[in-house]
Amino acid sequence: MTRLELIEISKQYPGVKANDRVTLRVAPGEIHAVLGENGAGKSTLMKIIYGAIQPDSGQLVYNGQAVRIAHPEHARRLGIAMVFQHFSLFETLTVAQNVWLGLRDDSTLQSVSKRIVELAGNYGLEIEPTRPVHSLSVGEKQRVEIVRALLTKPQLLILDEPTSVLAPDAVRGLFDLLRKLASEGCSILYISHKLDEIRELCQRCTVLRAGRVTGEVDPSRETNASLSRLMIGAEPARVTRAGHAGGDVLLEVKSLSLPTRDAFGVSLSEVSLEVHAGEIVGIAGVSGNGQRELLALLSGENPGAPIGSLRLLGQDVSRSSPNSRRNLGLRFVPEERLGRASVPSLSLASNTLLTRSEGLGRGGLLWPSRLEALAAQLIAAFAVKARGPVARASSLSGGNLQKFIVGREIDANPKVIVVSQPTWGVDVGAAAHIRTELAKLASGGVGVLVVSDDLDELFELSDSLHVMAGGRLSPRLSRDQASIERVGAWMSGLFDREPLASELVSDVAMQLQSGAGVVSNPRGVALVQTRATP
Amino acid sequence: MTALESLPLLLAASLNSGTPLAIAALGLLLNERSGVLNLGAEGLMLVAAVTGFAIAVHSGNDWLALLAGALAAALLSAVFGWLVIWLGTNQYASGLALSLLGSGLSAFFGVPYTQAALSERQHYAIPGLSELPVIGPMLFRQHPVVYAAIALTFGVSWFLFRSKAGLTLRAIGESPEAAHALGYSVRRIRLWSVVAGGALCGLAGAYLSVVYTPLWVEGMTAGKGWIALALTTFATWRPWRVLWGAYLFGGVTMLQLHLQGQGVNIPVQLLTALPYLSTILVLVLIAKNPTWIRVNMPASLGKPFVPAA
Amino acid sequence: MALLSPLVALLLTTLIGLALFALLGKDPWRAIELFFVEPLKSTRAISELSIKAVPLLLIGLGLSISFRANVWNIGAEGQFILGTVFATGVALRATPESNNLYFLGVLGAGALGGALWGACSAALRDRFNANEILVSLMLVYVAEQIVSYMVYGPWKDPQGYNFPQTITFLEPARVPRLVSGNRANLGLPLALCSAGLSWLFIHRTHAGYRLAVGGMAPAAARYAGFSARGSLWMAFLVSGALAGLAGALEVAGPVSQLTQHVAVGYGFAGIIVAFAGRLEPVGVCFASLVMSMFYIGGELSQSRLGLPKATTGVFQGLFLFTLLACDTFIHNRLSLLRPRPLAA
Repeated sequence: MTRLELIEISKQYPGVKANDRVTLRVAPGEIHAVLGENGAGKSTLMKIIYGAIQPDSGQLVYNGQAVRIAHPEHARRLGIAMVFQHFSLFETLTVAQNVWLGLRDDSTLQSVSKRIVELAGNYGLEIEPTRPVHSLSVGEKQRVEIVRALLTKPQLLILDEPTSVLAPDAVRGLFDLLRKLASEGCSILYISHKLDEIRELCQRCTVLRAGRVTGEVDPSRETNASLSRLMIGAEPARVTRAGHAGGDVLLEVKSLSLPTRDAFGVSLSEVSLEVHAGEIVGIAGVSGNGQRELLALLSGENPGAPIGSLRLLGQDVSRSSPNSRRNLGLRFVPEERLGRASVPSLSLASNTLLTRSEGLGRGGLLWPSRLEALAAQLIAAFAVKARGPVARASSLSGGNLQKFIVGREIDANPKVIVVSQPTWGVDVGAAAHIRTELAKLASGGVGVLVVSDDLDELFELSDSLHVMAGGRLSPRLSRDQASIERVGAWMSGLFDREPLASELVSDVAMQLQSGAGVVSNPRGVALVQTRATP
Repeated sequence: MTALESLPLLLAASLNSGTPLAIAALGLLLNERSGVLNLGAEGLMLVAAVTGFAIAVHSGNDWLALLAGALAAALLSAVFGWLVIWLGTNQYASGLALSLLGSGLSAFFGVPYTQAALSERQHYAIPGLSELPVIGPMLFRQHPVVYAAIALTFGVSWFLFRSKAGLTLRAIGESPEAAHALGYSVRRIRLWSVVAGGALCGLAGAYLSVVYTPLWVEGMTAGKGWIALALTTFATWRPWRVLWGAYLFGGVTMLQLHLQGQGVNIPVQLLTALPYLSTILVLVLIAKNPTWIRVNMPASLGKPFVPAA
Repeated sequence: MALLSPLVALLLTTLIGLALFALLGKDPWRAIELFFVEPLKSTRAISELSIKAVPLLLIGLGLSISFRANVWNIGAEGQFILGTVFATGVALRATPESNNLYFLGVLGAGALGGALWGACSAALRDRFNANEILVSLMLVYVAEQIVSYMVYGPWKDPQGYNFPQTITFLEPARVPRLVSGNRANLGLPLALCSAGLSWLFIHRTHAGYRLAVGGMAPAAARYAGFSARGSLWMAFLVSGALAGLAGALEVAGPVSQLTQHVAVGYGFAGIIVAFAGRLEPVGVCFASLVMSMFYIGGELSQSRLGLPKATTGVFQGLFLFTLLACDTFIHNRLSLLRPRPLAA
């Protein structure tokens, strides 16, 4: 008997077929991967299984019976539980309260606390029931989500990109847990776009591309290359960069410490880094470790850095406005495309005015024709698909809007550019385009600083790398020193224990350029190199 | 009357005058804890005041009048709730619309009642206790609604912090998205909280016209709905602090009336403006500590929630 | 498209209004006549309409700018009142020999008064982060007390039979009429000029752009380096000054003296005008006309049909309510028809 069977499920959204006759079969105790790029239709499919949306056609069979899952509550009664990618937790409430809210029986808060402790013992999910959620680390928050799901005694557990926010050793813990659950008969649907993880963990894998199933395979018998071919189709061009010897120091951050004034923020301590002309510096790390705070200080959105801690082209800019930094040649692309890098309801033409002054005439008067000319030029130069300069920012797809925004900043001839999550949620083609543009900038002598969650991207682009953890920034690693193992360890904040002078990298650890394939280091950490070498 | 004699009476009057504020602010607190900001409180109170007064005139039954006031306001707030919760209209603008509509409606339907008077008001006293010296007249000769407000504070506090339903309400106020993902019907729960909050605003308004004044005058709430809104912030969304805050405001109101009555040499207008000036002062004092507000304020307050399809 | 929902809202409000009239046993067609025909019937009627439309237009323009910046100034009524007080302060100093342009000083003082009262809210928001909605509203009640103090105290007309009012302003302090015989005055061209300037400000200046970005996407404004404080002050000063100017035109125009009841709710009706006009100066012009028809219609149905004066208030509230509902209805309909962007 199968636990869950989807037969020819289709879901049409205006303008896009999110799921096109998707068929999928999960056996009891099986860990089944759903692999696909952003936008391949994975989330839609999971929402259908979880009852959050209804398919247009097709059939769901659960434990041998055809069902129509009307709403999430129905799914939960059937024994389907979900761990969300963006946690559905309440920050100001305690762990126990959060778990309690997830249960619909008449248990009391006390009994729930007790069950949390029991479960923690059984599965190694240590978590204190009385702690408020906002004081937990990201990994701990995920544990709360999982505990909440497990207390409903699920037969089918869905995890949506569960490792996207985890440091490598937390990933190992999660995998152990999932294997144990599966051995007890719980089926697991594991949604991811990370090939190595799927090959290590899952027994079956259904690959989606543009809403369609492109293959159902046993991932352990596949290579990263064969899986990516199913997932992406053609292999996108990789950026090839010769290592750059650093030029002059363009941007310098010197022991910057700043206690946070936000109750839910991160304090920065002793952050130091340099960006030289012609190099790409990467900052790795799990989101929420002080990147947001550091970026706001760099861009001038928070002009409150201690005096002397920020220098741009030799000039102290710690207190200057975003505008004066821009005039000195610093450009910034924030992670939020809509609402920060652009105003959603304004046209692309009007959105150029955020950081460009070409459309501005004498006495602060605007020139609509010049605004439109600039937008049209950017659209053409950066291959943005849009209805034209008058298209609203919100009408563009993520990738096209990101190309427009990156283009707007690159076109201003920056001396230093700071980019946060350059390709987050962007389709493969646009991502490759953006990375190529950044590499081109560096070759032209611009200093580039990239902050990203995506280790692959950083390893592909950067000449040197820092890791951010707990509001602190690691020492600089050159391209040769940066192994996935070391960066992974540093992501949990362990960078002072290891003297940088010892450049001996363990034999087992993978060198960056060393190629494809999953490699487990002695501690069993799954490495996250996800693309095959060309 | 010497100051010593008038003090207990002044305090008794403060409790009485703070009661409608407390009831309305507790209702608004329920709304806001679920994430809905209702700027229409003033309009709800006015509509309830005129409804309650009319029913009191016709039926002579104060309890029926209070109930009718609460119902009228609940009905109107349901319309507001439907607009902001289901249609996702801007909560500020819709609240203002409710305020303007409420004051228009109450003035329109209140015309026949501007000259009306209610029958002799009943005096309440708790046997025995009310005979105690000083605290007897101060605490034990109040209208039952004054004690009900205290019970209500207790109830709201228990509901929010001890019951699972209250926890759900707070959770929705913090993150409707997360609550929706857990399968809670965010919009239905919000609507109930808006209706309950509206009913309490209505009770407060009807208490003003039926018991407190007891008269109907156009615009008689004189900003009490707005002051109640300020109170919820002042109390950082905690029920007991709402009650104390309301008594404090009741005290300011009574003090200025008392001073006016004593013929103190301060312009009457300055005294009349005192409650409004204190509201501003209170808003300034509380807002000085943004962290305190940030930690306590329902995070989704004022933001529309559209369940993702 | 932007026009659709105000028109539908007006239609709905009218229908509900007619039902209300019918319910009260009045002839609905008579009501239509009073609200929509009588106010446009003669030059004189139109002149009266403009007397009401001018303050609504000025306040609506200021509030449009303020709401665009997401600054919720709902205390325009208070700023209007302070405008009347400051204007009266200057007007009372006029002598029969004063210059013909003396009234300009009166108007300037009014604008200054309104701006200062707006600045109080801005300062409390800026310095102490106090909620501007509640503060600006509380200041309305305080402003009422200030007028009351002035007309009962220092400014009371000694020959006024102890009524709380000032003397009637002398000729140089009054706003000149456009045509003799009708009450319409120079305020009308002044308000229309303000509408033009507002349009320029909103659509063709960097300051207007910065303000709108701050309102629509505060994070984008921070990213761009636009000052949120600048927007806050700009919004309160502009909307306060326009409300104050409206107040000055009221006391130095049709009323010609300061009384306790100088404020008749233009400040609150201005909120509706701003929304109904879609925060666009051109729209605000039309909305202020409709809203002043509500005023005149209300007055007429009081005098001719014996209905309460509050009819106006009911219609205004209904109009804003239905407008907001229509907005979302129409918006939802359209977004269903419009293809969404491809999923990211």
